[in-house]
Amino acid sequence: MATQRRGDAEGAQPPVRELLSAADVTRTIARIAHQIIEKTAFGPSNPGDLVLLGIPTRGATLARRLAAAITEFTGAAPAVGSVDATLYRDDLRRRPARALEDTAVPEGGVDDKLVVLVDDVLMSGRTTRAALDALRDEGRPRAVQLAVLVDRGHRELPIRADYVGKNVPTSRTEAIHVLLAEHDGRDGVEIARGTGDPAPENDPSTEGADPA
Amino acid sequence: MRHLLSVADLDAAAATGLLDTADRLKQALLGREVRKLPTLRGRTVVTLFYEDSTRTRVSFEIAGKWMSADTINVSAKGSSVSKGESLRDTSLTLSSMGADCVIVRHPASGAAHRIAGWADRDAGVTGTQTSVVNAGDGTHEHPTQALLDAATLRERLGSIAGRRIGIVGDVLHSRVARSNVLLLATLGAEVVLIAPPTLLPTGVREWPCRVSHTLDAELPALDAVMMLRVQAERMHGGFFPSAREYAIGYGLSETRQAMLPENAPVLHPGPMVRGMEIAPAVADSTSSAVLAQVRNGVHVRMAVLYHLLAGAPE
Repeated sequence: MATQRRGDAEGAQPPVRELLSAADVTRTIARIAHQIIEKTAFGPSNPGDLVLLGIPTRGATLARRLAAAITEFTGAAPAVGSVDATLYRDDLRRRPARALEDTAVPEGGVDDKLVVLVDDVLMSGRTTRAALDALRDEGRPRAVQLAVLVDRGHRELPIRADYVGKNVPTSRTEAIHVLLAEHDGRDGVEIARGTGDPAPENDPSTEGADPA
Repeated sequence: MRHLLSVADLDAAAATGLLDTADRLKQALLGREVRKLPTLRGRTVVTLFYEDSTRTRVSFEIAGKWMSADTINVSAKGSSVSKGESLRDTSLTLSSMGADCVIVRHPASGAAHRIAGWADRDAGVTGTQTSVVNAGDGTHEHPTQALLDAATLRERLGSIAGRRIGIVGDVLHSRVARSNVLLLATLGAEVVLIAPPTLLPTGVREWPCRVSHTLDAELPALDAVMMLRVQAERMHGGFFPSAREYAIGYGLSETRQAMLPENAPVLHPGPMVRGMEIAPAVADSTSSAVLAQVRNGVHVRMAVLYHLLAGAPE
């Protein structure tokens, strides 16, 4: 998908600027991992308490990387999985039916756990809302928090992230591209300026990532 | 996708897309206490059945309900059909009431196709864009059965392309066989039809498959075998001397099952006639995928409804 998105951007020849380098991405993930540990008091004393759920596709990858970092720092492995929010979106009727992504709730479920939802980009907040609805059907977590790599603003719902890798003020005409080695061959975050048309609300093809 | 009338309308990518969606839906509902997704809230799905059915009708109804659609069942018995209403009038009546999807089973081949044509042409009059799903039309097609069989084969074998699948029995009266041959060939499988000459339709030589009359010769090289029901209700005349003789020639006995490669799945679209096309011990063996087919049927039909109804209207 990322290739296609970059292709879209290249079509209009917009200037692309790097926001985070590969090293920045690694550092940012480590920092969020530390913040999660601090805020949730997760460690070997309560190893079953924390569940990281990524929103596919890149959110799920980020959740796995965060889990690995948390395991490295604490010696205890949090449960990690993914939750696809597509079936709960409020804009399904606006576009042709789209492919569904992986849902994998870790064994042990989410009941009475502290769940951290993980996504790459937070924009309108509609994906997060859909993921919260999906989560409600999976069980009843003790609490739900949100971690994102990039918060680009333009919220349309009263949703905020508990952990933010980088705040990026953007205009709607700009596209944020989160690149992860697992999908794109390298890590990085880029911003593409002035693609001409304003990014339609919630359109991953122009936003560079599912707007959380 | 506007209607699902024939598997011939699906290319490999579209069919694989439906199977992938079915897998993901299954995954999303796995282990859940509440098997309900909000995706089709406010959409109306009507099943219109002119023939008896248990699994297909119930499966579509469950699929609709698990996705929060309102599902209504109409059967020819007990509806205005018995008062002499035409197929066209019945289908347009349902569209006018706001049916977003009509799932139709009819004894006449091509019935679903006709209804889809009327639904498209008269959408301006009825006020509803109705999608039509063929749930079995005469001896023509049964696309969702072929899709659920493909889902089951993919689940059991890991892949479909390059696999050799045998379809055994009453091919002549079987819409399931026709849909399966087309879909499995589209997905890259090698299909072998195995039946007595009297139970093969004319023109079968043009289907994308090989035809054989001897089951025992084919069994050792099959990756999976699909047994068809002998459709006695459609047979008017002597297609074979006796049920016993049919079972001896084409029934899947325990001895025959032993000739298959180890763990080769045995499929049957149901309802099974035990002792005729399949021995009870085979139907209940661990290789039998019959109940897995039924389970996958719900997810495949959810996937079809999702692709037809969830996105923007075309």
